[in-house]
Amino acid sequence: MNPFKLDHLKALNKTAFSILFIASIMIALVGCSGSSSDNGATATQNQTETAANDSNTGGKGSKKDITLEFQQWWGVELPDGVLQQIVDGFTAQTGVKIKLLSNPYADTKTQIAAGAAAGTMADVVGLDGSWVYDFAKHESIANLTDLMKADGYDDSQLSDQIRVDGNTYMIPVVNFAYPMYVNLDIVKEAGVESIPKTWSEFKEATKKISTSTGKAGWAIPLSTESPSGIQNNFMSWLWASGGSMLKDGKPALTNNADLGATVAFVKGLFDSGVVAKGSNSMKEADMVGEFTNGRVAFMTDSLAHLTLIKKEAPQLNFDIIPVPVKDGFAGKSGMDVANWGIGIAENSKYKAEAMKFVEYLMSPEVNAKLAVYANAFPGNSKAEPDYSAADPLFLKAYDIYKTCYAVNEFTGLPTSEELMRSFDEQLQLYLGGDTSSATDMLAETQNIWQDAFK
Amino acid sequence: MRVEKIRRSEPYFYLAPTIILMVILLIIPIIMVVRYSFYDNVIINKHPQFIGFENFAKVFHNKSFSAAAKNTLIFVGGSVIVHLFIGMTFAMLLNTKYLSAKTKALFRVIFALPWMFTASVIAILWKMLLDPHGVVNYLLEIFNLNSTQVEWLASRDFALLSVTIINIWAGYPFYMVSILAGLQGIPSDLYESSAIDGASAVQHFFRITIPQLKPILISLLMLDFVWTLQQFALIWMTTGGGPIHSTEMLSTFIYKLGFSKYQYSQASASAVILLVICSIVAFFYVRHQRGQE
Repeated sequence: MNPFKLDHLKALNKTAFSILFIASIMIALVGCSGSSSDNGATATQNQTETAANDSNTGGKGSKKDITLEFQQWWGVELPDGVLQQIVDGFTAQTGVKIKLLSNPYADTKTQIAAGAAAGTMADVVGLDGSWVYDFAKHESIANLTDLMKADGYDDSQLSDQIRVDGNTYMIPVVNFAYPMYVNLDIVKEAGVESIPKTWSEFKEATKKISTSTGKAGWAIPLSTESPSGIQNNFMSWLWASGGSMLKDGKPALTNNADLGATVAFVKGLFDSGVVAKGSNSMKEADMVGEFTNGRVAFMTDSLAHLTLIKKEAPQLNFDIIPVPVKDGFAGKSGMDVANWGIGIAENSKYKAEAMKFVEYLMSPEVNAKLAVYANAFPGNSKAEPDYSAADPLFLKAYDIYKTCYAVNEFTGLPTSEELMRSFDEQLQLYLGGDTSSATDMLAETQNIWQDAFK
Repeated sequence: MRVEKIRRSEPYFYLAPTIILMVILLIIPIIMVVRYSFYDNVIINKHPQFIGFENFAKVFHNKSFSAAAKNTLIFVGGSVIVHLFIGMTFAMLLNTKYLSAKTKALFRVIFALPWMFTASVIAILWKMLLDPHGVVNYLLEIFNLNSTQVEWLASRDFALLSVTIINIWAGYPFYMVSILAGLQGIPSDLYESSAIDGASAVQHFFRITIPQLKPILISLLMLDFVWTLQQFALIWMTTGGGPIHSTEMLSTFIYKLGFSKYQYSQASASAVILLVICSIVAFFYVRHQRGQE
């Protein structure tokens, strides 16, 4: 054979190979991009036109190829397999498959925010009340009022709905109350005779604890990485005493006697040295760790941690009490609540199916089951959770919850987390002595907050 | 003629897969971020308008940005210098002829350990060590060096120092391993001949070791500068940039702008500033590498 021709043939083979290789890479890339753009937010790709067209008919067979992505942090916090078992019930009923994307809370938030920015949010998303306003304003999450109306859903059974501009964007599935935990052994060791019910009693008790036991009277996590300590551990004092940080939905931090008194009270606790050290970088988990290790007498924390504390420290002798109120306050207390909320991505192709899934989770039976497993209170007012096997402390907290009204004024506010963070920073400046008075601190925070409401 | 054309274009076909991947994963995202930085709030705003350098002006006027830039400079400078010092010291210890091979192997593993941990493990570990009730305060107390519980990560006086120490601990093994490889490549006859000429240990170090390691050291310094400049996970998981911006870095500042304030355009502008700084260093790095070749 002519060697020249052989060279040509080899070159052609190489060329053909490279073309083939590139073509395969391109196909893979196109395939990947197709799945991420279609999906991310939406369902799987293998559904047929028929299935898509029939998706509203409710026929089980017509939806067998639809898979909804459900991104949340709940799966991590629930006992193993519970969430999968619950969503499998939906698949059995409707034929629509649910793909769980479970990650810790912080990761979920970042992923949902990134999905919102890129338009690739999962079909159904777990939401925190503090994220709702921004996602709704960005049109990343769907208007549930319209979807409920289109499906003829009776929303009167929902205990709450988080609205933006009059439309619902998030439904709280379960609520977590934030009562106060007290370490009874520390209290006893310090010789505190009765559990404090007012601020002055609390101040006195924590001072006694701090001086006689060397342990911290109270803990507050003020890390700016996750500034929810402002909502759960600071504002809970204000709300328990019937106060508010808003007026007509707008910041009302100045000329607010209740809030001023709360700031002064917390500053007093810091000044008297009863607060656990390291609060400026402390996160909620650190605070729970301090309490579990018997180094803190009082903390305000979610009931969701009750099981964890009992598991980590079975010998810990603790109780649950209402958050003490301002001296002289005799009204009904507000109890801070956090939610596992749910919403639907605006970019979902299967909003109708996603709404059905939300309705399923909010149905009295399923909602009650979720509430029991999550150590929480149901989002459906008709749900009747079977708490018979629940911890007595949980039942006590439930009784306290029933005497209070649920409140969380940060829910549905614009850049809610950033509002907490700026309050946190101003509070730290005041506690550190950089700001001369509570009035100045609140005035500065009010200025920052008002920018977010423009 | 046609065959010739195909032959000429053949190298490009080989390069195509890499080029395509680089364009998709590198070039397009960078172009998007640069473009975002010149528009009013993108993503949130469905019809963003071109606003020139307004986002950059806003970022430069932001007090948190100046605090973040200052902290980043201290953090990066401190980390890089101490990384080099510790890395060099440990590498020379491990290269010594006075220790047995087994002892050196053991210490090689021990000294390299911090590099094996992920940022989250390092953050948890150091948070426990630096807790007011932690080991560090306990040791200070029993050696009568301090009687109060220092809030290492929660105090504005100590937080930046603490995160810098954590970063130094996490990053020195990279220097150590690289310098050790360099030391082992220095011909021993250089030391032997200089010893015959009567050179001291200090002269050995400055006249032979350092010049021989120079290419490695320059590469290490440049790479470490860029990596430390982008450090996010460690800061975020230990202090979150607090207390009150005392450990705010450019990376945490950008994250907060994007994912907490939803100011994606300003976040993009900040990221472009960081990109420019890194690109300048990368330019010198590439020039240096070419010079070596």
